[in-house]
Amino acid sequence: MKVKEVVEALNLKVFSGYDGLSNTITGGYTSDLLSDVMGNAPPGAIWITLQTHVNVMAVATLKDLSAVVLVKGLEPEANTIQQSNNEGIPILGTNLQAFEISGLLYNLLNTK
Amino acid sequence: MTIYRADLHIHSVLSPCADLEMSPVNIVKRAAELDLDIIAITDHNSTLHGPLTRRLAEERDIYSLFGAEVNTREEIHCLCLVENEQQRQLLQTFIEENIQRIPNNPDVFGYQVEVNEDEEIIQEINYLLHAALNKSIDEVSEFIYSIGGIFVPAHVDRSKYSITSQLGFVPPNLKYHALEISRNTQVADFLRLNPIKPETGFIRNSDAHFINQIGSITTELALVDLSFVSIANALMGQNGSYILPHIDS
Repeated sequence: MKVKEVVEALNLKVFSGYDGLSNTITGGYTSDLLSDVMGNAPPGAIWITLQTHVNVMAVATLKDLSAVVLVKGLEPEANTIQQSNNEGIPILGTNLQAFEISGLLYNLLNTK
Repeated sequence: MTIYRADLHIHSVLSPCADLEMSPVNIVKRAAELDLDIIAITDHNSTLHGPLTRRLAEERDIYSLFGAEVNTREEIHCLCLVENEQQRQLLQTFIEENIQRIPNNPDVFGYQVEVNEDEEIIQEINYLLHAALNKSIDEVSEFIYSIGGIFVPAHVDRSKYSITSQLGFVPPNLKYHALEISRNTQVADFLRLNPIKPETGFIRNSDAHFINQIGSITTELALVDLSFVSIANALMGQNGSYILPHIDS
């Protein structure tokens, strides 16, 4: 499933990284500890988190993730947006909390 | 040039997790018994025990810094140290304006009390001091630099509440004076996993929550003179002051 299909299906906001909207999502990972994501997120995953720091993009790049979803209406910091645009990994946003958006994404990715 | 022994990370009874014996009186008494030269009380998100501690420390010829262990939005603990009362009040106001107000439940988290010289409770803080500020680590660093303070991310090698656990690695553009590393990790091992500025200084402190932990590990500083500026210079390894290499005992 492509990032843009998920954006449309779940009505997500796109903050940045438009070049990566056709990235393929091959799984998901929900965590707010970047050390945990570095160790355990599978490549191609869409990552659900409340962290907005620029290190989020470094970890997403390192792990070859497809997109990042910020929960609860949180917005990325300016240098995080810049890095997302540089790397072509979209930062998306939702007003839902992590449990809710994780459930919706899980169903979406597993019925396709 | 003189060598001074410093413990810059000590919790008092104001921290919910610290022992009730950790009054400024007892902390200073213990520091004097151990011949510590420099101490800092760094409670979770509070500087309130600083002035009393300084008064008691001066009587025993111990140099003290004001400060707090600030919890950033990312839940990273950072030692924020300042020199004088004006800076302390600026730091205290910054914390109070930005901390997320969560009521403290003493049965779960412990008591948060300010005490006087006679160890009488003069104030109980009713919001949880362990909560995070609504400020990123970069914003906290920027603020501390703006008031002329010292900024040191705490226990950077630990698997909780540290810069590496929360953010994966030390952000290349973050401004800090030094990093605090716990007794469990060799600096060389940390550097192997974390590429950071090669000139970075490392300090070790007790992070004491109980009296017998004070000074259990310390940092030795070679200072041009015993002043806040020279301590800051030592952490940065500049202007003739420096951190002595840690030797495992």
